[in-house]
Amino acid sequence: MGRVHKYDRDNIDTDVIIPGPYLKIHDHKELAKHAMEGIDPTFPEKVSQGDFLVTGSNFGCGSSREHAPIALAQVGIKAIIAPSFARIFYRNAVDGGYLLPIEIDEQTVKKISDKDELKIELAQNRIINITKNDQYPIKPFPELIAKIVDAGGLMNYRP
Amino acid sequence: MAGSTITEKILARAAGKQRLYPNDVVFTKVDKVMMHDVSGPGVIKVFGEWEKKGVKLERIWDPDRVWVTEDHFVPASDRVSAENVNMLSNFTRKFGINKHFKYGLGQYGICHTLSHEEAMVLPGELYVGGDSHTNTTGAMGAFAAGLGHTDIAYVLMNGEIWFKVPETLLFKIEGNKPPHIMAKDIILQIIGDIGTDGANYKAMQFSGTAVKNLTMEERLTLTNMTTEAGAKNGIIEADETTFAYLRERTDAKYAPVVSDHDAEYSEVFTYEIEKLEPTVAKPFSPGNITAARDLQTTELDKAYIGSCTGAKLEDLREAAKILKGKKVKIRTEVLPAAQSIYMKAIKEGLITIFMEAGAVVGPPTCGACCGAHMGVLGKGEICISTTNRNFPGRMGHIESQTYLASPMVVAASALTGKITDPRDVTN
Ligand code: SF4
Repeated sequence: MGRVHKYDRDNIDTDVIIPGPYLKIHDHKELAKHAMEGIDPTFPEKVSQGDFLVTGSNFGCGSSREHAPIALAQVGIKAIIAPSFARIFYRNAVDGGYLLPIEIDEQTVKKISDKDELKIELAQNRIINITKNDQYPIKPFPELIAKIVDAGGLMNYRP
Repeated sequence: MAGSTITEKILARAAGKQRLYPNDVVFTKVDKVMMHDVSGPGVIKVFGEWEKKGVKLERIWDPDRVWVTEDHFVPASDRVSAENVNMLSNFTRKFGINKHFKYGLGQYGICHTLSHEEAMVLPGELYVGGDSHTNTTGAMGAFAAGLGHTDIAYVLMNGEIWFKVPETLLFKIEGNKPPHIMAKDIILQIIGDIGTDGANYKAMQFSGTAVKNLTMEERLTLTNMTTEAGAKNGIIEADETTFAYLRERTDAKYAPVVSDHDAEYSEVFTYEIEKLEPTVAKPFSPGNITAARDLQTTELDKAYIGSCTGAKLEDLREAAKILKGKKVKIRTEVLPAAQSIYMKAIKEGLITIFMEAGAVVGPPTCGACCGAHMGVLGKGEICISTTNRNFPGRMGHIESQTYLASPMVVAASALTGKITDPRDVTN
């Protein structure tokens, strides 16, 4: 269970998720201090462990920096819920075992509000909105990706 | 049954399959892998975590297929970046990786420039790099895709990685290139048309008479910016131009791959190059395009000629043609993309032209392209740049602005201090 932080715009890119000057930092806690700095510098204070980020489409576009999912996971984000993701962000999130990229349709994004309490039930492929007493379908992970998610990341996965 | 595209064929060969179709998810063997001073320390951290768990890592899969660059934070911007570079050196020494292009030790430069300058990747190969613009090298007729550092660590240990086979969008660029048009104008126009997620998860393949007639370096500009459309890879079939370029750089053998004549493309787009205008992407998206002439009143603070996209030898030549014998009106920075290119530019007299025009010439580095160091933008500053991205804060302060354009447009704009079509400054 966690709360929603909603940033309703498309194409949130890695330069605003974690700006270039921080790329030299590899300490996860230090990176977390700058998560989403280009969009909302107060973001790290707002998030609690297990919260969700709900955004527009093509989340995480731009660079291949794994710093982006690391910083978001480290502040406490458990899953990002969006209509689509940029491909490297998506695979970094899954392969690093940092957080879940959850795909939903654009209509569902509209139904979720900032601060809603959600629960994700992966086995049922659905999101429960506790605040609104509603539920929404999520796009199932392809088979291999589901296995990597289960393993907790690519490094722990054995083909 | 329809045939396969070059991307499908390279992936199938690397996966050991007869044939693959879009959306198949497979593990493929990797031919070449690259990491740099941003992704490298991440990889080293992953190795370190395994060693903490008691796993002894004494060798990697194949040190001869790995190369390492120092480009984002060189010359070291501070102590942290100096230590990152030291970490890389320790790692390459420990694992016997000989191709480590060190800053200040012979050839070095931006990873996506060395990949072609040093013929690190050959036609038909499957290449992955710890950087999103790894797509660039697809212009050599290879499958080239960017990955994060966990994936690169996995490749270093296992020599393989998973891919979902992409659908292919085919871009046919036809006609004779007008003298004021560069590959940058073509790719900006395409991104403007299909959007920054227009090729998400897909392959972008380029063909047509205009692409055939482009030089190798210009082709690399097309594939470089496929990343800005969300593409998994950009690719151009190798031909006589590719072979000639490689002959000057390597004796290595390779097996070029081309699409079947009846290959199936998910969409085909056709462009007439004669109809293109010198094009600029306005802040804050590479897809936010307009003609340079629409922005004639936009006042600038800086012109930047640098990066893997826009500081190859030909980029410098085109800029120098425009700047020759004239003076820049705004501060102008030129950073050749590799040491070898810098030296060729000196021999051709290009560096003298830049300096006599009043520009500063810096060492090869990513530096300001990603807002890291060596000339970042201050609050409210406006820059025109040969780079590939202009998201908020990309080149410095979150309230700075970057316009993306070809080296010709950037050079012309440097002379007037406003965004300028190159046709409006040439004699
Ligand atoms: S020059 Fe810019 S785009 Fe190219 S690798 Fe460096 S930071 Fe990335």
